[in-house]
Order: sequence, then structure tokens, then C-alpha cells
Amino acid sequence: MNQAPEFLIEDRQHDSIRRLAHVFDLERRDFLKLLGGGVLVGISASSPAQESGGAHRQDSEGNIPDSLAAWIHIAEDDAITVNTGKVEIGQNIRTSLAQQVAEELRVPISAIQLVMADTALTPFDAGTFGSRTTPIMGHQLRNAAATARELLIEMAAQRWQSDPATLSAADGKITNTKTQQSITYGELAKGQQLARTIPADPAVTPAKDWRIAGTSVAKVNGRAFATGSHRYTSDLTRPGMLYGKVLRPSAFHATLISLDASAAEKIPSTKLVHDGDFVGIAAPDEYTATRALNALRAQWKIMPQPSESELYNYLRKNPEPAVKGVRRRDRQVSGSIEQGLASADKTLAQTYTVAYIAHVPLEPRAALAEWNGNDLTVWTGTQRPFSVRDELAQALRISPERVRVIVPDTGSAYGGKHMGDAAVEASRLAKAAGKPVKLVWTREEEFTWAYFRPAGVIDVKSGVRRDGTLVAWQFDNYNSGPAAIATPYDVPNQQIEFHPSDSPLRQGSYRGLAATANHFARETHMDEIAHLLAMDPLQFRLKNHSDSRLRAVFEAAANKFGWGREKSSATRGFGIAGGVEKGGYVATCAEVAIDPSTRNVKILRVVEAFECGAIVNPNGLRNQIEGAVVQAIGGALFEAVHFENGRILNPHLADYRVPRFGDLPRIEVEMLDRKDLPSAGAGETPLVGLAPAVGNAIFAATEVRLRALPLVLEGLGQNSTELKGS
Amino acid sequence: MPIVLFVNGSSHQLDVPDDEPLLSVLRNRLDLTGTKYGCGEGQCGACTVLLDGKPIRSCRTPVSSAAGKRITTIEGLEQDGRLHPVQQAFLDNEAFQCGYCTPGMIMGAVALLTSNPRPSEQEILRGMQGHICRCGTYQRIVAAVEQAANRNG
Repeated sequence: MNQAPEFLIEDRQHDSIRRLAHVFDLERRDFLKLLGGGVLVGISASSPAQESGGAHRQDSEGNIPDSLAAWIHIAEDDAITVNTGKVEIGQNIRTSLAQQVAEELRVPISAIQLVMADTALTPFDAGTFGSRTTPIMGHQLRNAAATARELLIEMAAQRWQSDPATLSAADGKITNTKTQQSITYGELAKGQQLARTIPADPAVTPAKDWRIAGTSVAKVNGRAFATGSHRYTSDLTRPGMLYGKVLRPSAFHATLISLDASAAEKIPSTKLVHDGDFVGIAAPDEYTATRALNALRAQWKIMPQPSESELYNYLRKNPEPAVKGVRRRDRQVSGSIEQGLASADKTLAQTYTVAYIAHVPLEPRAALAEWNGNDLTVWTGTQRPFSVRDELAQALRISPERVRVIVPDTGSAYGGKHMGDAAVEASRLAKAAGKPVKLVWTREEEFTWAYFRPAGVIDVKSGVRRDGTLVAWQFDNYNSGPAAIATPYDVPNQQIEFHPSDSPLRQGSYRGLAATANHFARETHMDEIAHLLAMDPLQFRLKNHSDSRLRAVFEAAANKFGWGREKSSATRGFGIAGGVEKGGYVATCAEVAIDPSTRNVKILRVVEAFECGAIVNPNGLRNQIEGAVVQAIGGALFEAVHFENGRILNPHLADYRVPRFGDLPRIEVEMLDRKDLPSAGAGETPLVGLAPAVGNAIFAATEVRLRALPLVLEGLGQNSTELKGS
Repeated sequence: MPIVLFVNGSSHQLDVPDDEPLLSVLRNRLDLTGTKYGCGEGQCGACTVLLDGKPIRSCRTPVSSAAGKRITTIEGLEQDGRLHPVQQAFLDNEAFQCGYCTPGMIMGAVALLTSNPRPSEQEILRGMQGHICRCGTYQRIVAAVEQAANRNG
């Protein structure tokens, strides 16, 4: 399996804007002056991200390079500050990263302060997505903290003229184990102007010896969420602040023909901005802003555009227009698919589809923009503060150095908050009004003007021997994406290709990306082959792969679930699915109940086994897995964006059904802690097994094979096709 | 005409339009931002506050209909630095991820336990059905409500 091109193409799905690496522009001396002296360990931005052993790139004086990915600072007053451009969106990295630094620095977690996602204070970061915080930033920060610890030991050794081997770090102090003489980190940092990067091989604590990392530390600022005192972007205010509203076109790609703003402009203290097709309002309060918006009369010219009814045909027939120098097609071939299919005892060809779905972060896109002369500060909930800074600079025709983007811990994102739309809009309004402007998108705007998880069509053709050995695997994914497109099963003849399409709707990143679609197609198809051969679906899977980590999660899930203990019936079905993605191994078993009269599907029980190397925070990981299972229920059973000729038909929570309490199955999580393996991210992969496990359980009960997400039994027969053996 | 609101034990005289949503008044005019906007349709529960002890969706409630009644928001639950048992139970069970739904969720749970101090699991699921946690922490929220109910003795 070739990871690299997939990673690159996937990056483009996250990031349609390419950029040059940012060069950190503070002089070293200024840098420490700003921080008030002390000891600083920086992580070079050019370090090879995922390689173990850390990066060695410091200049001859051992000083920090110009470009940093993050740093840890120890101040004279013992304050330990970690600066990282990562954002907290509910995935709990403010806690898990602090744990890892506390572990290596031998201090309590309460001693660590994380400064996150402020383009004026934190180093450049490409963004918080792709389950990369734990394997990359976590790994780097552990290295940096271990380096800081060793540096402090060296400093104490020098001060006391003693052997560093006799000194140990604990509880924020260096102690001489022979003399019991001790000194705090702050005292050591006093009067220092010391900056270092990470040596090639810092003495990082192995996971088996972890005492703070690896434990269920509670969310660091949990109380602020339980009391409502945490201020999200949408809760912030500034002196003299106005409230913004934007006039939305009546359909996508519509152009403004005429605008009558006379009624709106009669409303006192209202500022109207009309700049090209952008029409917005700023008013002293939200009520007035809404009233003024509703008083605008606009006429739009709508372009004919593809509707939902023709979606899957359209995706198949309309490849993405070629971008110069960029080849988005991703084709992986091994063996010969023709020979593989010819040598098979049985072949199977099926097509699977996934709908566009919405992220529905409960905090809608929001921004508060404030100008000070030509300098712009914007608070906004985004996963990519630095690219939003550049977006703002470009849209407002100012240099990026004049823009500061600050991301308060945000009311979730799920891949949906990569762009700076609300930030740009608020800034345009604030510029015109000469006052700070806050803009919070309505739920309808969220459902319409954000972007969606790509819809997709996946063709799978397979060949298998009578004994259950897979010999051919052809997999063509139109538009959904390349994440987890490679099969984890051992097939000698493979042809796997991603075909990007010209998407009728604006699409982009989503929690799990295409791993959800690709697992749905692959693991449904695997189930179909097992049934074709009258083999147990679990045994069929185990027979066809040699990955011990994948085997371990399949066996753990099956054991806990009691796989095979009970037979499916017409009203009760059992299904299994699993896979590997972003360093995480997942297996999911589902039990569903089918209502014989309504044909409604209810998921009764889900058992999920997950392994992502050494677990950093067991309770945090469990929370992520449980949450991923619940979120996956939506895409599996009911979520779909309906659209017609440039209009979203269900842009409200009353029409777009998301999982609620009543949909909750009993969720049992089995976490395999591999302390011998590096920690991988866990925000995404726990989602991917649910939909195929549920679809396979529906089949086990009803013998109806559903090949479209969401899985809907209503209109029985509409989605079903008989299995074809050759 | 000015409207008088009694919020968390304090009275506020406000000159606001009768039909301004209570949510907007609480957040934008009284700076009580613990109560959240989630949908404006009464579908997600993030804006839940108590009106004379009963849960309402403040995004769909005109401020005039709250005049003269006792309004309790998330900011009013903590007493003398002590969290309400439901708040404590949410913390103990880490029944949140991003935390945006949490204030509305807690207000809904407080109301549920007021009307039914010892709800069954089914009654909790039914009682909380109008609240959305997009991060999917429902199982933990049910456990938190059960924990708080057990303190009711």
C-alpha cells in the first residue's frame, strides 16, 4: 500500500488553498524578551513530522531556528506555557497535550497552561484535522518536554557542580538524590535567556512508565462548560460592537439583479454594505439587524444546476475539471485484475452510494471582527486559524501580518470549520461600520452556505475462490475521496482508483473523510461475498488478512458481542465490520431490530473494539469512541442533504434528522492499549465501522441488501438487489 | 413600554421590543451567554431556560411572555460556589465534549428531575429527546442524570 500519494490527495481535500511554509518572524532575542526570559524549547517546523526519535535541526549555537511548530516555555515564576496552533473543538486535546507535557516535565497537569490557536502568539500550524494532533503534535511536545527536563537537570548540575546522573526531576523541582538539595524550575530559569530545539534522541518516557499521560485526567476546564461560563466565539463582545447579518442568494451561484434597500435603510442606526454580490447589515442589536435584513428586497438570477435526483449519474459522468499541474486521480494497481477475476470461482459486482451530509456543529459558524486602523483582529471558530488569516488578508486586500486570528475553544467542527466565511463577512461589515461586528450564522445558513461531506458512488468488483480466498478486488470511487480506499485484506490482484468529480454542491472535509464511504462499500461487499459463499462473515474476514492488529480488534469486538451465539431472525439482525485508518484499528458489531410493520430500523446494541497504540487518556478516548458511534448512526440511518436546482430542501433540524437520545443503542467499548506502539489519533476512525455493521445486520435479518447511505428499508425492494453468483 | 424580567433572583428593567426572543435578550442585553443559540427552531434544546421552574426554548419565546415570571438560566444554578448536583454529575461523568449543548442539556435535566425525581432510563431518554448533542455523549448524559437522580434519595 502506498501511503504517500493518498496523504497528499487527502490534504487537498482538507485544504484547497496551497501555501508556502510560514516563516516565523520574531527575532530570537525578541522572542524571549516577549516571554520574559526563562527557558524555551522549540520544535522546528521543518522536523519530519511523524518520524520517531525527533528532529535534529538547530544551528551551531544550539539556538532555535526561525520557524517553529510549537514551543514550551518555563518562566521565572514556575509558569509552564505550551504554545501550539492547534485548536480545541471538543476532541479534548487541551487536556491530552497538557498531560503529555506534564508527564515529561514531571509536574502536575495543573502546572501546564496551553496557549492555542492565536496567530499572534502561537506558531504556524496547518490546521487541526486528519487525526494528526496526537501522533504529530503530541509526539513533538513529548520530545520538547523531555528535552526541557534534561536541560533543567544539566543546569542544576552545572550550578551545583554535580553529576547529572545523581539528579532527578519531580514535581517541578530538580533534586540531588544524594544530598536532597533541590531547586524549582523557576529558580533555574531565573535570569536565563535560553532557547533550544530538540536533540536527535531525547530521553522520552516509555508509555509503560507513564504516570500522568495514559490516565483518565478530567477535561482541564470542564467546570467552565458545566457552568456556561466558557466564552465561545458567539459569546464574545467588544465595546461598541454591532451585530451583523448577510443577505443570502436564493440559490447557489445566483447573481444579484436588483436590490431595494430603502425600507432597511430607514431603520435607525443600521449600516448597509453592498459590495458586488455581497450584501450585509450591521446594527446595534441582533433584533434590529434581523429586522433590517428581512426588509431588504432582492432579485436573483438563478442558474440551472444538477439536482439530487441525478446526483449519482452526474458524479460518474462529470470528472473534476483538471487543475494545472495537479493530478488528483489516485490509482493503485497490483497483480492483474483481469487475471484475478478470470481465475475466481465466483465474482460479484455491486455499486454503493453515499449522500451528501452536513456537519451540524451545534455552535454555528461565528466571527467577531475588530479593526484598529489597518490592523484586523478576528475571533472565530475555525480548525485552520492560519489559513483563515490568509483568507482574510486576501479578501480585504491587506497583508497577512496585519491580521490576527484567535480561536476560542469552539463548539465543535467535525471537519466543517476549515474555511473563514463568517470571518470574512464580519470583517467586511466591521470595516464599513467602523466598529467591531459579530456575525453568527443561523442554522439555516449553516445547512446551506457551509459545505458538505462529499457524496459518492463506489463500484466494487471482486473475485473469490470457493474456499473463501479473495483473488481479485477492483474498487472505483467517484467523488467520495481516497481516505481508507486501500483494502486491508490480502488480495493478489487489485485495482483501486479514486475519480474526483465536479461536485454539484460545495464539499469539503468531514470527520473521517471518505473512510466512512470506503469502509461502507468495502465492508458491505465483504459481507456479500461471505453470504455468497455461505461463510461466516467474521471467519471470511479473518481468513483474508494477515494484520495482527486488525485481527485483535475483530476478535475483541466479536468476543464481547458474543458473535455467532445467537442467530439473526426476521426482526433481529447481527452484523460486523471493521478496518484500519490513520493508525487506528476498529471493529464494530451491531444488533438491530426491524419493526415488521413500519420497516423502521433501530440499533439496539453496538460493541466496538478500537486500538490506536498507547492510550493517552482512556476516558477521553472512550468518550471519542462513544461519540463517534452516535454520530455515525446519523449518516448510517437518516442523514442526507436534499437539494434541487441550487436550493437545499431540508435546511432545518426539523427536516434534517440527527441522532437523538431515542436513537441511542447500548454502546460497549473495548479499548486495546498497546503501550509498545506510538499513539495514533482517535477522532475519526471509530466512526467508520458502524454503517457497514448496521447494513450487514439489516441484511442478516431481512435478506434485503442496502447499498446506499443512509440505509432505509422503507419502500422495501427499492434498494435491494439479488446477489449474483457467476 | 419597559419590561421587567426576574432572572436568577435579580430584576432587570429593559426597554426592548415585545417580540424579541428571550434568548436574544438574555445573551445580548444581559450578557448571560451560558444560554446558547443552536437552531432558532426549538429543535435542539441549547437555549433551554426555566420559566417558573418549567423548561422552555428561549429562542421561540417572545420576551414579553417571560415578563414578571421567574427565569432561571445556567448561570443561576451554582449556589455560593457549589455546583448544582446535575452540573456536578455532568462533570463526574464527563458528559460532554465541545460543551456547547451542555448548559441547555443541564437545564433540561434539572427540569426533568424536578417533575420526576427518580426517572427510569426510558423516561430520561424520552424527557431529553428534545436536546441534541452532536458530539454524541448521550450515554454519558443518561448516566449523569441517573447519578443526580440517585442523590434525590
